[in-house]
Amino acid sequence: MSALRPAALAEMEALRRRHPGVFCRSLGRRALVVFTITGLLVLAGYSFWRLEFSLTRFGSGLAQLAHVVALMFPPAPGNQLPVFLGALAETLAIALLGTLTAAVLAFPVGFLAAKNVVPNMFAHFAVRRVLDTIRGVDVLIWALIFINVVGLGPFAGILAIAMSDCGAFGKMFSEAIETADKKPVEGIASTGGSQLQAVRFALIPQVFPVMASQVLYYFESNTRSATIIGIVGAGGIGLHLSEQIRVLDWNKVAFLVLMILVTVAAIDWISSRIRFAIIGRSAMVVG
Amino acid sequence: MVSAVVRLPTPQLEDALARYRAAVAAKRLRTALGLALLAGALVLAGIAGEVDATKFLANIHRLPAYLWNLAPSLSWGNLAKDLDDWFWNLGEWSRLLVDTLLIAYLGTLLGMLGAFLLCFFASANLENRRWVRIASRRFLEFCRTVPEIVFALLFVVAFGLGAMPGVLALAIHSLGALGKLFAEVVENIDMKPVEGATATGAGWISGIRFAVLPQVMSNFASYTLLRFEINVRGAAVMGFVGAGGIGQELMVAIRKFYYTDVSAILILIIATVIVIDLATERLRHWLIGFEQRP
Repeated sequence: MSALRPAALAEMEALRRRHPGVFCRSLGRRALVVFTITGLLVLAGYSFWRLEFSLTRFGSGLAQLAHVVALMFPPAPGNQLPVFLGALAETLAIALLGTLTAAVLAFPVGFLAAKNVVPNMFAHFAVRRVLDTIRGVDVLIWALIFINVVGLGPFAGILAIAMSDCGAFGKMFSEAIETADKKPVEGIASTGGSQLQAVRFALIPQVFPVMASQVLYYFESNTRSATIIGIVGAGGIGLHLSEQIRVLDWNKVAFLVLMILVTVAAIDWISSRIRFAIIGRSAMVVG
Repeated sequence: MVSAVVRLPTPQLEDALARYRAAVAAKRLRTALGLALLAGALVLAGIAGEVDATKFLANIHRLPAYLWNLAPSLSWGNLAKDLDDWFWNLGEWSRLLVDTLLIAYLGTLLGMLGAFLLCFFASANLENRRWVRIASRRFLEFCRTVPEIVFALLFVVAFGLGAMPGVLALAIHSLGALGKLFAEVVENIDMKPVEGATATGAGWISGIRFAVLPQVMSNFASYTLLRFEINVRGAAVMGFVGAGGIGQELMVAIRKFYYTDVSAILILIIATVIVIDLATERLRHWLIGFEQRP
């Protein structure tokens, strides 16, 4: 190493002449990089100013935060452990029922939105746009809306999750159907099967494992969503979390956060096992 | 027509059929077991989730009624005036929407910077010390498992109401999510340039600058843009807990049954989200093209 460097430095001029491309990068590209970074920084500066960031507020906030975190130890449920466990069960119930309702609702919609099942441009376009709109609204917003419709409680949460996932499932199901192999469908048609029979015996066996694994994946992510929709009053453990934060009972807050973390990790583990089992078993069919 | 199909001898055929039936029966049994488990879980969930079918059926008519109320009264003859009435507070709402976008931008930027610094410590090919790797991975995991709105709730208590807790909450969550993705990208790089740089005496920083960064930059940028899309949606609801942006206005409108305000704000949010999605998609395609040019 030590010998290489002086040798290379001494030969710099010759190296430059032999490999001009390595030493001179295109000026336009470099200007673009500098311009982009400057733009990003200026925008960041403007945002800091506009959103009223201040170092003093940040500092005092950090001190406050450190104080809060210190108060969190040891995490303890107080005498509310049964209540919290009940809320956790409610959270899981919301996630499960919401996901399944969404899947059941989205199943026919997925076929309607698939180009190879309903070859009508207009229907395809309309269904897709509706699904996009539903997907564009956050689950917390749906929760607030359903609280107005069915009142406070876990039922509003179930409907909110079902609604927001319906859009996502509809899109993903239709994509799974569109990418399915056409040959089995032609086979069924050639033996005289109707279109409905083609869907049942040629499409569904191909797309069902994909759909099942997507539903399980969304069940995982909905467990996370279900923990927070309680913050706006739609049932589950989030209700207790926001309540304990409001009354500044930090030991309980820490305990609730730990409960959420453990549950999410457990659900992730279980669902990834099941997903692997489903996909692994039918990899031949899907692939 | 003479059949050319070869027929198996009967015993062999019967054996094959029996095996086929057994395989189908086993598959059906497995499916039935799975369905029974699912049904059991559903019943338990129904009890825990306080699902009440009669209450649901008695109240379901309210949903279409609610959606119907969301629609503003528009008439062809007086369209401009009606639209003006519908979006009566457009100036204030646009200001809040810009705030929301800036919250998402700052959250993504800060999270990206943090993830950029941490990802090298979390990837197995650049960090040899096991405890550093495990510690940084656990930290990233914690950041992305706690929902951002929970961070926002905590930060509102610590930093006070306003956009600052929202930005910090999004930043921490993005740090966790991006850090994991970045670390995976770094673990998949070609190690030869790194070895080359080390062989010429490059230290840790110059090794990363000249051997790692050129390989990962485009992926990093693409993931960051995706995260920005997600954060725009996240920033839109930060206001629900008092952490800035348009969420506060939306929550007030929903809670107070200002139906047409709700639909107007929702339309603005959805339009913004769609525009941002399209723009970042464009940008990502352009980035990929940019990277492939010499």
